Amino acid sequence: MKIEGQVRIPSGCAISAVISKDGNKMSGETITNSMKPMHDRSNGLGGGFAGYGIYPEYKDFYAFHMFFDSRDTRKKCEAFLKERFEIVQSEIIPTRKIPAITDEPIIWRYFVAPLNSVLVSLQSEEKEFVAKTIIKINAEMSGAYVFSSGKNMGAFKAVGFPEDVGIFYKLEDYEGYTWTAHGRYPTNTPGWWGGAHPFTLLDYSVVHNGEISSYDANRRFIEMFGYKCTLQTDTEVITYIMDYLLRVQGLTLNESASVIAAPFWSTIAAKTDLDDQKKHTYLRTIFPSLLITGPFSIIFAFDGGLMALNDRLKLRSMVVGEKNDKVYIASEEAAIRTMEPNAENIWSPAGGEPVIVKVKEGAF
Amino acid sequence: MSIEFIYPEFEVIRNENKCISCRICEQQCANEAHSYDEKHKIMMCDDSKCVNCQRCVSFCPKRALKIVKSDCTLRENANWSNETIKEIYKQANSGGVLLSSMGNPKPFPVYWDKILINASQVTNPSIDPLREPMETRVYLGKKPSKVQRTKDGALDCKLPPQLELSMPVMFSAMSYGSISYNAHKSLALAATELGILYNTGEGGLHEDFYCYGENTVVQVASGRFGVHADYLKAGAAIEIKIGQGAKPGIGGHLPGAKIVGDISRTRMIPEGSDAISPAPHHDIYSIEDLRQLVFSLKEATEYKKPVIVKVAAVHNIAAIASGIARSGADIIAIDGFRGGTGAAPTRIRDHVGIPIELALAAVDQRLRNEGIRNHVSLVVGGSIRSAADVVKAIALGADACYVATAALLALGCHLCRTCQSGKCNWGIATQRPELVKRLNPAMGSERLINLMTAWKHEIKEFMGGMGINSIEALRGNRLMLRGIGLTEKELEILHISHAGE
Repeated sequence: MKIEGQVRIPSGCAISAVISKDGNKMSGETITNSMKPMHDRSNGLGGGFAGYGIYPEYKDFYAFHMFFDSRDTRKKCEAFLKERFEIVQSEIIPTRKIPAITDEPIIWRYFVAPLNSVLVSLQSEEKEFVAKTIIKINAEMSGAYVFSSGKNMGAFKAVGFPEDVGIFYKLEDYEGYTWTAHGRYPTNTPGWWGGAHPFTLLDYSVVHNGEISSYDANRRFIEMFGYKCTLQTDTEVITYIMDYLLRVQGLTLNESASVIAAPFWSTIAAKTDLDDQKKHTYLRTIFPSLLITGPFSIIFAFDGGLMALNDRLKLRSMVVGEKNDKVYIASEEAAIRTMEPNAENIWSPAGGEPVIVKVKEGAF
Repeated sequence: MSIEFIYPEFEVIRNENKCISCRICEQQCANEAHSYDEKHKIMMCDDSKCVNCQRCVSFCPKRALKIVKSDCTLRENANWSNETIKEIYKQANSGGVLLSSMGNPKPFPVYWDKILINASQVTNPSIDPLREPMETRVYLGKKPSKVQRTKDGALDCKLPPQLELSMPVMFSAMSYGSISYNAHKSLALAATELGILYNTGEGGLHEDFYCYGENTVVQVASGRFGVHADYLKAGAAIEIKIGQGAKPGIGGHLPGAKIVGDISRTRMIPEGSDAISPAPHHDIYSIEDLRQLVFSLKEATEYKKPVIVKVAAVHNIAAIASGIARSGADIIAIDGFRGGTGAAPTRIRDHVGIPIELALAAVDQRLRNEGIRNHVSLVVGGSIRSAADVVKAIALGADACYVATAALLALGCHLCRTCQSGKCNWGIATQRPELVKRLNPAMGSERLINLMTAWKHEIKEFMGGMGINSIEALRGNRLMLRGIGLTEKELEILHISHAGE
């Protein structure tokens, strides 16, 4: 059977997230438990998490989480990395042997900083260089896969039910101010660990529930700018689109949401704020190929915050709740109640309406 | 008869029991195929004059007429077809180049008919266009590659000139001269009502039609007929016509007999003089010359109008398009080898150029490989016959389609392919006043509006089925297409998978 990247596999899903606006740390146990009531939204073929603020001792270094199919591949990849990065720490990611998770690859992490001499000789901006290197490894180095690459954050994913994946990775040992989670229901997959979610690039991570109908239009456009969609998944292309809009084009989160879940032309025409109307007309005209259609609910997390967004018709469930300094987002209210039984202000964001939550300046 | 005799291609069959000798057929036929025998009080016909335009059939009040293909054939020969032999007789008689009209009728593969469209089932929902918004609006023009901000950090919303279309279809170039005043008026009225554009072709713009300028593409072709400052400023966009699909590499020739009255004035050439469009533009012998013409036209119109460069689909089209994209053009129009024409040398029409489907696939991919696809919009024509063709073209990567033959059919054309005679019984490809007035612009435009409205409905149904609610998300979305009965090579060029994959 073909794995992600050789074939496009549609899937349904469950997503969940929690963030502390005050930057208070939470162990990964809470988010793991939140996936239990949504068990039926996954089918055991993929689960994963992303935590932010989890590596304070290495916060100035890019944390590369990697899968390798063999020791040889790891050695080859390490040689490749050493030519480009200073590796300050390299270690096995601790896991727990449990019957529910089997056939694991070699799972390793590296804390790295790009060599200045390399940056100078390539005339490359640091983040651009790191992003391109990751895309290169994932596209060209068979058997090696970078599944997380941001600073002071990390993704953890596997083939299995998400609540088991959390136990497998010992997430209770990590403390983060933001956690996101994903349970996967692919319609057809042999189960490849790289194909699980979240999908990440630098400090951006995306968990997504849906199957976008604009996929190939989005993919063929974004690939013009150096991205390679090796997995053929929605989450991957959405991550690249967000990276392109935020980092390369310098748009704000709200502006990016207006590109990917653009208001209908009729909605734009009805706007009474003429500047706002002009802005939306401009964004739709300049980035028509980055409009995402079809059902999606995504939680896009980044250094210091997250954004939740539904497709403009709201074809997927997604609810938001609050309690004190925390904001909870999930496919189902049950997941929120698991994390915080007394959650307040539970509401369903409208299609195309971004929910942006940022941690207070300096608190993370 | 003689050695020159060629048995007529069609026979007019008149049912004598039904015919009431009302002589309507006689009045309707500009080719004078029908006549009335006063002495015997019966209708007569000369089959040799019939072009099978179906005018008499359509207007016979008793349905007493039909036109059939003649069964008088030469001895069958798989190598020497009847048509080939007759063409040799014609050339032996005349010593001339064979002329034809409309698009290539030969049985080359029609790739549109070998491509199938996707629909949603279970994993994502289809969308009902009757209940949910379904957007078909497109903007054609150069998209800036970097977002700009003003000093205070707000988005700087200035854009290069864009054409707004309510649906991804435009009426493509047909000159005033090759088609009639009323045909032009029908197209202009319909384009205005539909929120799309029509195209003047290379014959200039009649002064009566300047009022439809916002929905007009004004063309600048190698003959530069009717081109002046006000003309350039009148349209919403300017199109430089390098070539057309029906006759790539070939110029045009409107006989002096048709250069009369308003046509002479509109083309700005003396009455009775032949209007000859040279094969190349004599100020464009290379790509850098094209850049100069693009910018001359932009200068003349203060950079307010997008410039379209129209080329025929030829072998090296991907590289040519890449060159055009870098020439400053805002839009590239590509015309496939099935594109129609008022007159073309038969051999050229039938043997030069490539199918638009392959040209489009190659160009779109090439521009993406070079990272410049968003620098230009792509418009394709050369036999877009239905809403399904439009959907497939958009999914292959086009921003919009040009249609002309379909529009003429809506106006009454029966595709008899004898436009070059100038005796169009449907009032389209003619300048004879008594024929022109047969086409009522109000009715003509209504039929065009009906056709495009029907297509729009169908496009929305296709989109809804795929779970796509904006045409932007369909553009270049080749995953929505599958080939059927295509070779590996064809699939590779089209960059689509085979059905079942």
